[in-house]
Amino acid sequence: MSTMLQRPPGLIAPPPDRTPLARLRWTAADAWVMTKRNMAHVVRAPEEVIIYFTLPIMFVLVFGYVFGSGMELPGGGDYREFLLPGVFTMTMLYGLGATATGIAFDVDRGVVDRFRSMPMARSALVAGRSAADLIRAVLELATLVVCGLLVGWQWRGGIADALAAVGLILLLRIAITWVGIYLGLVVPNPDTVGVIVFPAAFPLTALSNVFVAPELMPGWLGAVSEWNPLSSTVAATRELFGNPGFGGDSWAAQHSMLLAVAWPLLLLAIFVPLSIRRYQKLSR
Amino acid sequence: MTTNDAAIVAEGLRKRYGSSYALDGFDLTVRRGVVHGLLGPNGAGKTTAVRILSTLLRFDGGSARVGGYDVVTEADEVRRRIGLTGQYAAVDETLSGRQNLVMFGRLYHLGARQAKRRADELLEQFGLTQAADRSGRTYSGGMRRRLDLAASLILAPEVLFLDEPTTGLDPRSRNDVWDAVRALVAGGTTVLLTTQYLEEADQLAGRISVIDAGRVVAEGTADELKARIGGDRIEVVVRDAAQLPAAAAVVARIGTAEPETDADTRRVSAPVADRMAALTDAVRELQAAGVVAEDIGLRRPTLDEAFLHLTGHRAETDADTDAVKETAA
Repeated sequence: MSTMLQRPPGLIAPPPDRTPLARLRWTAADAWVMTKRNMAHVVRAPEEVIIYFTLPIMFVLVFGYVFGSGMELPGGGDYREFLLPGVFTMTMLYGLGATATGIAFDVDRGVVDRFRSMPMARSALVAGRSAADLIRAVLELATLVVCGLLVGWQWRGGIADALAAVGLILLLRIAITWVGIYLGLVVPNPDTVGVIVFPAAFPLTALSNVFVAPELMPGWLGAVSEWNPLSSTVAATRELFGNPGFGGDSWAAQHSMLLAVAWPLLLLAIFVPLSIRRYQKLSR
Repeated sequence: MTTNDAAIVAEGLRKRYGSSYALDGFDLTVRRGVVHGLLGPNGAGKTTAVRILSTLLRFDGGSARVGGYDVVTEADEVRRRIGLTGQYAAVDETLSGRQNLVMFGRLYHLGARQAKRRADELLEQFGLTQAADRSGRTYSGGMRRRLDLAASLILAPEVLFLDEPTTGLDPRSRNDVWDAVRALVAGGTTVLLTTQYLEEADQLAGRISVIDAGRVVAEGTADELKARIGGDRIEVVVRDAAQLPAAAAVVARIGTAEPETDADTRRVSAPVADRMAALTDAVRELQAAGVVAEDIGLRRPTLDEAFLHLTGHRAETDADTDAVKETAA
């Protein structure tokens, strides 16, 4: 260790600029650093990503091949084609754990305090997290599409419809990211996240149209399942991909496209302000 | 001292949690270019004070300036001038040491090349060059703390807050941190160091403020405070409790104040002025008086005694109090 630690000449933090445009650029630069940080996690700790992939791929194999042979669809059609849009959406839900754990670790280890004591944009932490999660979701989705094509899934509609479906899935992912950010800010420690997320995520997927068409469920269960936000996205993407199993008699099933946009927006309207309030509360 | 010479000025800070005050009229003035110790037991308000001064926490009353800027109305200016190392190593454990420092450098809005060069310099200075590209998770506790400290020093801040920087560190890592702090101050940085350990404050701090129940109860150099606490004490344990009065008579002649006698532990103790003379006198005089001693020793006042003396009540005992003395991994 050296005997003297001095400020190298010329190393001074640039003064914060007060004009709105400069502030915006400042914020964007910080958010980009945070995005790169979260992407570097994927490179440095790929096992985490692999764990999140294993589950959906396992579901494709187990449900697609083991149970799939005994599965029937109300309108007929191939079960694996029915299944894949559900798995795409389910994978978005399971990303919740990674988001919440990441934020909870930063709070728990004092990393958030360090950021807050620095001359950086306060919103950068969550903005960077949200952006990185979106990039991750695109990569995850690309991988699952390839897996899907390998087991015989395909989209039958036009490319514009398929892209619209991808857009709906990513919109849901953004909403889920903000639920995760809020969860990460409220849990007492990072280990709690898994205890909350996984027991909640499984019934949420089971009580949806991911694996089974709600029409085949007992009446009240089918209704719960049709109003599940996951179901709306899944039903809408099935329609856009031209895969079997969408539609139904209920209002929710008939308006799945509308709900696939409304549900994520509602979640965002709730959890963005909640998260911001909670983040500001750290200084109380 | 005028306010201009001061790196930190806090006046009448109050911070309330529910019905109790974490800080209750906290005043502090720290001169530029020194290490100032903030010494106090757990729950005295040390961390609250540091969090307020480093712009992390709002408060209910009083005012504070750091580096000449108000921590509330000019928080951005304060943040450009401070470094903070808390009780935990606040680094990203997935990223490598180098990635961490480059990231923090970028968040201080250094250019890409400048941030990289600064990271390399700091890794070198803190002996982390070899481990630079390993994930922070593989670092030992001491290495992580050094990385954390390096992250606080990216801009070589005017004012550095060190909140119990050596809690839980083994003695070698603790010495590394102490060396780094001394080097920093030689480079012109002002350091506010909080600690529960008298020894740490003694080693590093030119001036020490003793904090209790949210306010500063005593301030001075280490020597001044020790003089107020009272210096070394001589302690004699006799084999036979019947000899306690005889031992007390001897200790009374040697000590500078009335001896205290504890019959349960057969112990007599009193403060002394000259350590070595007191010890040799005690051995000789006890022998002359025919008192059989089981143990004769000198000891420095403990932090508990310091608080008892300065505050009139005992410090809350805490399991962590002795952590620094143990060789933790």
